[in-house]
Order: sequence, then structure tokens, then C-alpha cells
Amino acid sequence: MYATNYHRAASVSEAASLFAGGAEAQYVSGGMTLIPTMKQRLAAPGDLVDLRHIPDMKGIAIDGRRVRIGAAVTHAEVAASSQLATVCPAVCRLAGMIGDPHVRHMGTIGGSVANNDPAADYPAAMLALAATIVTSQREIAADDFFTGLFETALEEGEIVVALAFDAPEKAGYAKFRNPASRYAMTGVFVAKASGNVRVAVTGAGSDGVFRQGDMEAALSANWSTDALSGVTVDPGGLISDLHGDAEYRANLVKVMAKRALAAAG
Amino acid sequence: MAKVTLTVNGRKMSGDCEDRTLLVHFIREKLGLTGTHVGCDTSQCGACVVHLDGKSVKSCSILAVQASGSTLTTIEGLAGQGDMHPVQAAFKTHHGLQCGFCTPGVVMAAVDMINRHGGALDEETVRSELDGNICRCTGYHNIVKAILAANAEMSASRQAAE
Repeated sequence: MYATNYHRAASVSEAASLFAGGAEAQYVSGGMTLIPTMKQRLAAPGDLVDLRHIPDMKGIAIDGRRVRIGAAVTHAEVAASSQLATVCPAVCRLAGMIGDPHVRHMGTIGGSVANNDPAADYPAAMLALAATIVTSQREIAADDFFTGLFETALEEGEIVVALAFDAPEKAGYAKFRNPASRYAMTGVFVAKASGNVRVAVTGAGSDGVFRQGDMEAALSANWSTDALSGVTVDPGGLISDLHGDAEYRANLVKVMAKRALAAAG
Repeated sequence: MAKVTLTVNGRKMSGDCEDRTLLVHFIREKLGLTGTHVGCDTSQCGACVVHLDGKSVKSCSILAVQASGSTLTTIEGLAGQGDMHPVQAAFKTHHGLQCGFCTPGVVMAAVDMINRHGGALDEETVRSELDGNICRCTGYHNIVKAILAANAEMSASRQAAE
């Protein structure tokens, strides 16, 4: 690892000013992606600003059907939240499928969303739930937030502070893991809210997470696996690599969508 | 350079290190606690698992400065005066190790999962909870047996205490 200067921020505004005063600065939350990347010398922030101890970024708040998850909430905390499980258990189950128990104790929802790894789980949930990404500067709709591979609408120095969404009537997530890396080769999140169905796919798209419009139309008309059977998934725009070609992933999208629907009930 | 202060196995300890020093190297080289192992360079193997503020984490994927101010338990902190921890004893009884390299991390992961599941552990849960710990000797079978046996013993002694 290259040398770095560590700073622990006590507030969002302090974090932003530490970042602005840093050289090649990066934020770190749980660090479950960034620290391994720094170990491999694929990232070399001159200054590292730690967001993990900021009180305003912690906690899960639920007001009726409105859910607000602080960006520094860990995957383990989301997975174990009985309060969240009563309104949106699919998100708890998704969090419990990320990485392994030790990674879930450190990794955070804000870190995952801000990093936008094309095989990460949370971006699919945020997109399918039409979530709002609350930042240090503004609120961004998930539809506008995820812009490409590891790319988001975040400006330089902007911090994801919280994720907010309305709990859907029904939601489910299923993923097919790469047997070695355990990342999603394809993961599908389905959500139904006041008749509106959204289907988001992670792990499969060459530009990262995306919505599957044909499945959304089919499920809006008929919320059943039969409706999905009639959908043809176009392999165009899907990833082809040594783990599986685009046709294989196109099939996985369909199979995972069916499993996600079964999980949603 | 940073000064890192931790409560390690019940004792307050501190040391100076570079900001880039990984927690596992701080534990091994600054604190001299070499039971925590480095088994890979890719954050996958789990040989370095310790408990940070009561939760299992990979000490190879955290900077020592990130952990400063926290409470840490390493494999050296599990046993009581002369007695092995029930999980350690079960690993001995059920031959849950062969070469032993991964064992400190596996035992720390086992204690964490038993704490979290509080008695409600079955084989399937144990196997899925072991996702972050790699063992190249045992084929996991005796590790799973040992964890289930320790879990049964620990719940029995919890019930007896109540």
C-alpha cells in the first residue's frame, strides 16, 4: 500500500472540508472495497477521510412506510433490523447476502451505493425501489444516480449521507453468485408499489445496474412467473467474460427475476 | 505516523504506526500477538479475523488507525485462566483443525456466530456463516461438528446459569 494520511471526521461538514483540503483525497466508510484496492496499489489516496464515526450518517429511521437508512449503516445492521424487516424484508435479506459475515460487519450501504460496483447488490435495490440518494448537497433520484461502471452522479467531494425510499407492497431479490468471487454474476430486484412495478438488474450489464423494461411491463400486467416466461431478454449490452457469455447472463436475468418474484410472494 | 490506542483482550495498549499500517500487522508486529494470521493478500481467507467492538472483522482489511479507540479481542483473549474457551476445546475434541493455520480466524468467526445466533445454530447456518473463512485441510466437516458441539455446550451452560 502506498502511504496515505488518515483523517477521522466527526461531522459531514468536517468530512467535506477535510476532503477539500486533501491531496487526491478519498472517503472511506467500511473500507471493504477501498482498503483491499489500496493493498493492491490500485488506489492511492493521498488523504483518506473516514466517514464511519459521523453520528448523522448512522441509524435506520422508519416513519410509516418511509424508510431512511443512514449511509454509514453496515450490511449486518440492515440485515438484522427487525424494524426494517416489518416494512421491507427484501432489503434485509439482500444485505444478509453481501460478502461474508466479517465483511457485513464493516461494509456500509452508503459505501456500496457510492462505489457503484457493477456487481454490487444495493444499486439494484435502490433503482428498483426508486430510492432517493441523500447527499451532503442535494437529493438525487436513483434513476439519475447510477451512471455507469463505478460511475455515479456524485460531484467531487460530495458525500452520500442517507438512502430513503417508500417501502413497496412487495419486493424480492435473488442473485447468482460467481462461485469464486461470490459477487453477483446476475442479481435481480423486483418491487411493486401502488401498481407500479420496477425490475433492476445488477452484475449483468456492461454499463452497470439497469432497469429491465420488458419485465416491468409484463409484471405490471400480470404479477406472476408466467408473465416472466413470455419475456425475451436481449443479450445485447450484457457482459461477456470468462465466467459466462452474454447469452448465459440473459438467461440468468430471467431465472433470477423468477426467483426474486417467488421471494417477493 | 499515528498513535493507535486500543483495549486489547481487556488491557489498554497503544503503539505508533504509519497511517497505512493494517490492523493485522499492528496486532502482530507492534503488540506482539502473533495468533492472528495473514493467510492471503486478497481479503478472502479469514485467517486474520478478530473481534472489533464485539463483532468479527477481517483485520487485514482495516487500517490500525481506523480501529483506534476500539475494543479488540484476538484469539489470545478467548481462553480463561488455564482453561480453553468452549469453542477451542470443541475444536480439539472434534479434530476441527489439521495444520492449524486458519484456526485462529475460524475460532473467532465461530465465537461470533454463536454469540449472534444464541443457540439457534444448525448445520446449514454454520456452513453459510463460514463463507468468509477458508480452510485447505479439513474439508470443513469437523469444523462444523466442533462449532455445533460448542454451541450446544454454551447454550446448555447459559440455561443452567439462568
